[in-house]
Formats: sequence, C-alpha cells, structure tokens
Amino acid sequence: MSNTIPNRQVICETLMELAKDDRDIMVLASDSRGSAAMGPFAKAFPDQFVEVGIAEQNIVGIAAGLAHSGKKPFVTSPACFLSMRSIEQIKVDAAYSNTNVKLVGISGGISYGALGMSHHSLQDIAVTRAIPGLAVILPADRHETKRMTQALVRHEGPVYVRIGRNPVEDVYESADGEFVIGKAVTMRDGTDLTIIAAGETVRVALDAEALLHDMGVSCRVLNMHTIKPLDEEAVLRAARETGHIITVEEHSIHGGLGAAVAETVIQHHPVPMRIFGIPDEPAIAGKTAEVFRHYGISAENLADAALRLISRKRQERER
Amino acid sequence: MDMTDLKIKATRIRMDVLRMIHRAKAGHTGGSLSNTDILTALYYRVMRINPANPKWPDRDRFIASKGHAVESLWCILADLGFFPKEELDTFCQFGTRLIGHPNNKVPGIEMNTGALGHGLSIAVGMALAAKRDGKGYRVFCLMGDGEQAEGSVWEAAMAGAHYGLDNLVGIIDRNGLQISGSTEDVMAIEPLDTKWKAFGWHVVAVDGHDMDALVKVLESAPEVPGKPTLVLARTVKARGVSFAENIPGWHHHVPNDEELQRALAELAAYEAQLKREGGRAEA
Repeated sequence: MSNTIPNRQVICETLMELAKDDRDIMVLASDSRGSAAMGPFAKAFPDQFVEVGIAEQNIVGIAAGLAHSGKKPFVTSPACFLSMRSIEQIKVDAAYSNTNVKLVGISGGISYGALGMSHHSLQDIAVTRAIPGLAVILPADRHETKRMTQALVRHEGPVYVRIGRNPVEDVYESADGEFVIGKAVTMRDGTDLTIIAAGETVRVALDAEALLHDMGVSCRVLNMHTIKPLDEEAVLRAARETGHIITVEEHSIHGGLGAAVAETVIQHHPVPMRIFGIPDEPAIAGKTAEVFRHYGISAENLADAALRLISRKRQERER
Repeated sequence: MDMTDLKIKATRIRMDVLRMIHRAKAGHTGGSLSNTDILTALYYRVMRINPANPKWPDRDRFIASKGHAVESLWCILADLGFFPKEELDTFCQFGTRLIGHPNNKVPGIEMNTGALGHGLSIAVGMALAAKRDGKGYRVFCLMGDGEQAEGSVWEAAMAGAHYGLDNLVGIIDRNGLQISGSTEDVMAIEPLDTKWKAFGWHVVAVDGHDMDALVKVLESAPEVPGKPTLVLARTVKARGVSFAENIPGWHHHVPNDEELQRALAELAAYEAQLKREGGRAEA
C-alpha cells in the first residue's frame, strides 16, 4: 500500500494537536507556509504563527529571540536555504546561545529534483553536524515523523531536522512507541553486515535487506535517524558483530552520515565500509527515485555491494 | 540616578574600560568609549532590571548587536553587581567567561553576539514574544554604524515595522568610523535617518554623549504607537580621551602605559569638573 501523506503534513498535524494545549508552540515561515504544509496551522493558530517573508537569516534570529522569551519556535523553511543562507544564525543565535529553536528544513536533499543545485540540500548534514550543541535528525517515514515531532516539543535545545517534500513509503506500521533522540533503531537484526541509513534511504536499506535475506545473507539494518549526537554504541556494535558496514544517505558523500559513521569506526573498530550517497557534483535533474537509481542508491545496488564486501571477507577467511 | 551622577558614572566606566583593556592587552577601545554614555543611560536609569535576579521575566532586554564593544558592558555589569568586579581582571585571559564578545554564560547577558547583523532579528523575536504574551517589557538593541552594511539588519528592520513593535528600540552608535576608516569611505550608509524612516521606523536623532538628551529620548520611547523607534546617536569614537578620539586605529588599539596614564588623568579631571558643577563633594 502506497503512502500519500508527506512528512511535512504530519509535522503540521502533530503540532496542531499539541499547540491546542501548549500556547508556547510557534511556527515560523519564510513565505514557505505552503511548501511546509503549514497553512492549516497558520489558519488555526494565528497568534502562534509568524510569517517573516523571504528572509532566512531573519527567521532564525527571530526564532532565537522568541525561544529566549520562553516560546517553542519551529522554523519551517526550505532546507537548501535554511542550512546555507542562515548558517551563521544557526551557529550563533541557535547553537552558541543555546536557544530552544527547532529548525525544520523542508523539501530536503534532492526533493526539488528538477530545480537544480541551488534548490538541493546535499551539504546540510555536513555543515550542521559540525556545529557544537546542535542535534541533527532525519526521520524515516510519516510514523517516525510524528513521534519525532512530539519528542521535539518536549526536548529543550536547538535541533536541525531535515525532511523531504514527497510522501515516503512507510517503514513503520504505526506511530506508536517513543522517539529517543540519539538512539538508533535496529530495523532488522543480522550478523553478516550492517546497512546504516537515515531519512528516505531507510526504505532502500530495508528493500536491500529483503533481497539479501532471500540470498541467505543476514543483514542488519540500522535507522540512524539522529546523525548528531551519533549513536556510537550502535555503530560499534555493528562493526564488532557484523564486520562490514554500508551507509546510504540522500546527501553528499562528503561529511554526512557515512562520514559520521566512518569517524567512529576508523578510530575504535576499523572494518571495511562503503558509503553510498550523491557524488561530489551538482546532482543530475530528476525525480527522487530516478536520481537515487542514477547514483546507485537502490536496493539491487546495495545488495550487490553487500555481496562483494562479504565475499571479500569469506575469501580472506579461507586463505 | 540623576544627571550629574550618570555623567560621573559614565566617566568612571570609561576609566574602568581603559584599565581593563590595558591590563588584558586586548580590546575594542574606540567603540567601547563611544557607546559608554548610551549604556550608562540604559543601565543606570532607563531599563527596568534587577541585578539580583538577572532572569526576572518582566525585565527590559538589552542586545549588544555590536558585540565587539563589550568592554563597557562588562564594566557596567560588574559595577551593578551582576558578577564580582574582581572578575574584570580575567577579561580575555585563558579560560575566562569575560571574552571579547557578549557571552550568555555571564549573568546579565541575554544572548551571545559578535557576528554583526544578528542582534536586531533577535530583538524583534523578543519584542514579538512580549506582544503575543501581552507583556510590558521593552527591548533595546545597540548596533554599530559599520554594521548597517549587513543585509540582515534590514531584514529585521522590515519585520520590526511589519509587526508594529513599538516595544522595540534600535540604537545606532553613529561614531562614523569602522576598522578600515570612515563608514562613508568604506561603504556609504547615509542617509541613515531617511533609510530607517522608509523602513517604517520612528527615527530620533540625538547627541550620543549628551546624557540629558539620551535619557529623555530613551525614556520616552516608544513615542509613536505601532512603530519601532530608531535612536540615531551621534557619537565620537574613543570619546573622553582627547588624543584617541576619531582615530580609526583606536578601534582596537590597546593603550600603552603612558597613554593609559594620560587618558586616566584627562578623565579624572573631567570627573572633578562634573563634581564641582554638580555641587558634589570631592570623594
């Protein structure tokens, strides 16, 4: 069954539920209430909504001022602009001043496929995860997005969240359970290798696991929804127990999930790794699935890479 | 505090600033002396604050958007008892919290600033929160004149007017100089009053060293309901030290021993004069 509800709509609906009883929840938009699916919130809670116009630096500064005054501001603005145009405000006003600002980068990654590199956000994880005190989260599907939004309202401190524009295939059956910031979710357990994914690539990782399963390969799948603080324990357990790691992300191969995992693995328990993502080039135009396929972010390709990694291990063992 | 006491206080703060910068061998001397009278008026007369309870919810807020001119602010916060005065000795030393820009780990500092063009957006957020919550506090934001070249200042200016934030007061320390020279040579920003008026602000020009005028303007803001106020304070960089005034190099020149003694002597003489004129007994 195909899901038709985008994550942005889930954030809006969840915030609307919570905003009824929590007048401090606020949503800010930079002429982006439509693309953020925040129109219903703006209509229902005009006193808790702030439009700043097309001014991404200003939106983060204003949010920091609101948070300093006890508000719980959610900034909703395209990830490509929010993570680049406002990065200094994110660094200083949100992270350094430690204000309770939630930065929701919408239409992230290559969601705006055909609009070109100006509208792609494939460096946002690299820059945001380098900022001390800022958490970085990519929810996998609508159910996780709901849990995450509830957790964000409870969580005190600055967070950058990136979501895509289009509906994502479900990876969870329901929104039950708790979202724990900084704690990876083991989606499938396994012993031969681990695929670590975040955001929309969790679905791809699960599909790869299904193919591998049919070939008799035991593949662990970790949903690393929080890229910072990274669940180093889960990463190192995967390295020790499965001996191989593949990461897959909708981000440049430089500085994202793969880099974060590699930083931990290489220093504490080196194992062979492969990093799947968008290469260091302006990404090709197309729909997400087309672009993913073009760059080898597909279940078949991941399964193939997994087999090659494992066979190397087996050969070494036999030698 | 009455006018004579405010003027004496500002003079003593200037002396503290010079001693602190000389001791630390670091600091922004020029800007901290040009903003001293503005800060003295705000902290000792205009703003509702409580040093014993720095996070008092109804306090007036101050954002130092020109964060580099922090020395006068450190000296004032210490003098008011937000933290022990001896801590000023640690200014810019290893591991200190009294760094070269406002640091919200220090009581009395609301937000970390230092990157120019950020403060007014933050102040807009604070003023907007007060409006939405029906609170009566005011928000003061001090900007530099060189800072006016930052585009984000104007994003915030637009938003302040758009939301009718008459609880917001922007102040420009218009000393005319930035690190490379005159603002008009580096990047012309005039006519500032016309620009801010065009952005929907109520603009008041004032001599930023005339304590009586400063207090009057800052106390009476907002004068126009539904509009934020911009106080264009004409100042002199390194004000109070005759041989440093208006010299761009004193933006972050550290006085040597001889310069410090000369400067302190000038300020002491001025303080004595203020006391005579105000009928105060010599301390």
